[in-house]
Amino acid sequence: MTPLLQLDSVNKAFGGLKVTQHLSFSVFPGEIAAIIGPNGAGKTTLFNQITGHLLPDSGRILFKGEDLVGLTTQAIVKKGLGRAFQVASIFPEETVLDNIRLAALANLDHTRRFWRPSAEHRQATEAAVAILASLGLEEQGGRLAFELSHGDQKLLDIGIALALQPTLLLLDEPTAGMSPEERQRTRRLIGEIRGEYDLTLVFIEHDMDMVFDIAHTVRVLQQGALLAEGSPAEIQSNEEVVKAYLGEEL
Amino acid sequence: MGISDMKSLCNGNTLGWGALILAFALVPALMTSQYQLNVACNVLIWALFATSFNMLWGVTGMLSFGQALYYGVGGYAIGLTVTYLGSQWYFAAFAAGLLFTLVLSFLLGLLVIRVGGVYYTMLTLAFGQLAWQIMFKMYDFTGGDDGLQGITLPGLLADKVYYYYFVMILVLVAVWVLKRMAYSPFGLILRGVRQNPNRVRFLGRRVRRNQLRIYVVASLFATVAGALMAGVDGSVHTDMFFWTTSGEVILMSVLGGISHFFGPFCGAVVIILIEDIVGAHTEYWSLLIGSIIMVMVIGFPRGLVGGALDVAAKVRAILQGEKHDDTTLTAGLGK
Amino acid sequence: MDFSFLLTQMVSGLTLATLLFLVASGLTLIFGVGNVFNFAHGSFYMLGAYLGYQVVTVWSLNFWFALLFAALGAGVFGALIECLVLRRIYGRANEGGFQILLTYCLILIIDDLVKLVWGAEYKSISRPAGFSGSLTVGDIAIPSYNLLIIAIGLVVVVASWWILNRTRPGKIARAAAVDREMLGALGINVPLTMTVVFGIATALGGLTGALAAPLRTVTPGAGIEVIIDSMIVVVMGGMGNFWGAWLGALLLGEVNAFAVAFVPEWATLFSFLVMVVVLIFKPEGLFAPRTTRKV
Repeated sequence: MTPLLQLDSVNKAFGGLKVTQHLSFSVFPGEIAAIIGPNGAGKTTLFNQITGHLLPDSGRILFKGEDLVGLTTQAIVKKGLGRAFQVASIFPEETVLDNIRLAALANLDHTRRFWRPSAEHRQATEAAVAILASLGLEEQGGRLAFELSHGDQKLLDIGIALALQPTLLLLDEPTAGMSPEERQRTRRLIGEIRGEYDLTLVFIEHDMDMVFDIAHTVRVLQQGALLAEGSPAEIQSNEEVVKAYLGEEL
Repeated sequence: MGISDMKSLCNGNTLGWGALILAFALVPALMTSQYQLNVACNVLIWALFATSFNMLWGVTGMLSFGQALYYGVGGYAIGLTVTYLGSQWYFAAFAAGLLFTLVLSFLLGLLVIRVGGVYYTMLTLAFGQLAWQIMFKMYDFTGGDDGLQGITLPGLLADKVYYYYFVMILVLVAVWVLKRMAYSPFGLILRGVRQNPNRVRFLGRRVRRNQLRIYVVASLFATVAGALMAGVDGSVHTDMFFWTTSGEVILMSVLGGISHFFGPFCGAVVIILIEDIVGAHTEYWSLLIGSIIMVMVIGFPRGLVGGALDVAAKVRAILQGEKHDDTTLTAGLGK
Repeated sequence: MDFSFLLTQMVSGLTLATLLFLVASGLTLIFGVGNVFNFAHGSFYMLGAYLGYQVVTVWSLNFWFALLFAALGAGVFGALIECLVLRRIYGRANEGGFQILLTYCLILIIDDLVKLVWGAEYKSISRPAGFSGSLTVGDIAIPSYNLLIIAIGLVVVVASWWILNRTRPGKIARAAAVDREMLGALGINVPLTMTVVFGIATALGGLTGALAAPLRTVTPGAGIEVIIDSMIVVVMGGMGNFWGAWLGALLLGEVNAFAVAFVPEWATLFSFLVMVVVLIFKPEGLFAPRTTRKV
């Protein structure tokens, strides 16, 4: 099987600070891959390089066999790579429905249409309503996005990404700042939408329960370099990881 | 589900449109003098200008201080053509003005959209002032500070009442088109550009491309407003290009409320009418309006329309015996 | 074209550059430290010019006192405006737009107040005693007042550099530019810092206005011309870059001086032309540091 996402010796430094060091790994279709590591390990910076926000100094980032390095964010998104952010990236003054409808319209390439009201674009609206339902946000559709709770805003962010029909979804700390109940719900939802939308997931997470509960594979980053990779069980028994990272946590 | 609600919101405006058309259609019948008809023309034209401007600021978040440039292009396209070629070229001049704006706003837009925020504002101001200086200095061609007088209109338009209806229909159609645009997918992505440009990039859409599109569209409608203004007094003046003209539509928009489509329209109506009444009694109009807007910005940032809607919501809440609850408004802000 | 002509134009360009830089540096200071764009900065310049006129022509007092009076007057007014008006909108959504709007209202208000007090006619003030003539070397004559402006400009630049880099208040101001909350946590009175910075920057504007008054006529519309020119300087120099602004001012001043000499009618066009060329080839400004790629 060919990997969906393949990092090939990716390097990035900010001045003297090496944020990504010779990073190579592959994510296969259908996989749920977790990326863990202490704060400052370069996890979000890695996401930023994958999505074209930052340019790696060297190395290749292959997605479906094509190199993403040098492409704009827009081009990368159009290839089927979605992203939800650490701080929910939503359109605060629009309704929840319009947030996702906008993404659906963008996905259909309908955002140049300037005559029919967006509410009357059926295809996009139906797609948006379906996503709201899968996220359990259907009751909130008419509310303005900034009125939502923190947890719901993060779900909405995921919803916006879903509307673009990605094959690979990057989730940056999907449960950060959530209450235990919200975490439970989000963990369950992520599992559900992965099946429903046939997604491959790469997520950054600090909540180890979530990591070991839903991830198929785990990669541990330390100072921008890959410290270990393997199944959750392998990682849990990896001495280096236990020493460097989990030792402090457990 | 909120979809049906949204639909009724959009279509439920039929009544409002009817009232608006009726009110302006009755003006010639109710007005007693030529002068009042002129004021009504002014109201309509400034309302269109302000509404087109707010597509940039209130919708897309681009505060332009140079829309007077395109307004002036409209005015002088008519003024110069009619003066030098005769009034039979009026409609050709209209089209030529729009074509000129199309090209100019596209080229200037490419330049000014490269810088964001206040620099965008200042660059639009700089180019507006540049155009003003050029018009001012080309005295032999443009009449310089004296402007162009005696612009006559062709056929029926020469009649003041017919011209008023011509203005009214064009303005209302233009405003209707802009409103459709504001609530279309294109309008939605423009609002997205204002609220979260980074997310728009992650929707696979280009921020600057969309900014450029609305810059050109808003400029075209400003040109329509300018072209219509040339026929009101039969004269154009370099003041049309001056930076205070750009400032005027900004003040109108804020007074009416920039987050509502009809805010700038209402703001224009109020300002033109007050200016008409107060302006006759004082030469310190700027001092007055400057102070009013300053108080407005600090105390009532949602403008007249926003304030009116707030009051209406409160009244409705009181009538329904519900306690007005502000907590939902602030709950989501702590992110 | 002979050497003396070249030199004269260069000095006149340098004079203009100094004046532009004095205004633009105040603008940069407020923007850099307070993240406030003071659209009315040119109006403080104009206010300074009128205050200078008041002292020199109406009260027939010393020119040096006029400079001090203009700086103090504009500075105190600026500080008042900051704490009475601008402070109220800090942190509001779309703050940038509302800042421009509020300071635009301020332009309207100051313009009319000036008209109310001094009338709409052009005003002028004479050069101070001892600086009305020219400095002659061989066949080259350079107006001594221009040299005075350049000298004062140099003093102000060196002094501001010293204050910003070597003194505690300067360090506080620079820290405020980076992280206001942190500064507050350290027990620094941040609102007061902002007011003082605003006061100093507007005082600089007022001083420049009075300094320029003997060279340019004093009119109620002066504010907007000055703000546009300073803005061009700031954009060309790379936004918020102190030395970039200086080089931008130099470029604009010299281009303007030579344009005035050759094509006086269209001189102002050249400022725009330079800016457009800079924007086409280096939209981030001439001296902006390389930043991360923006898409």
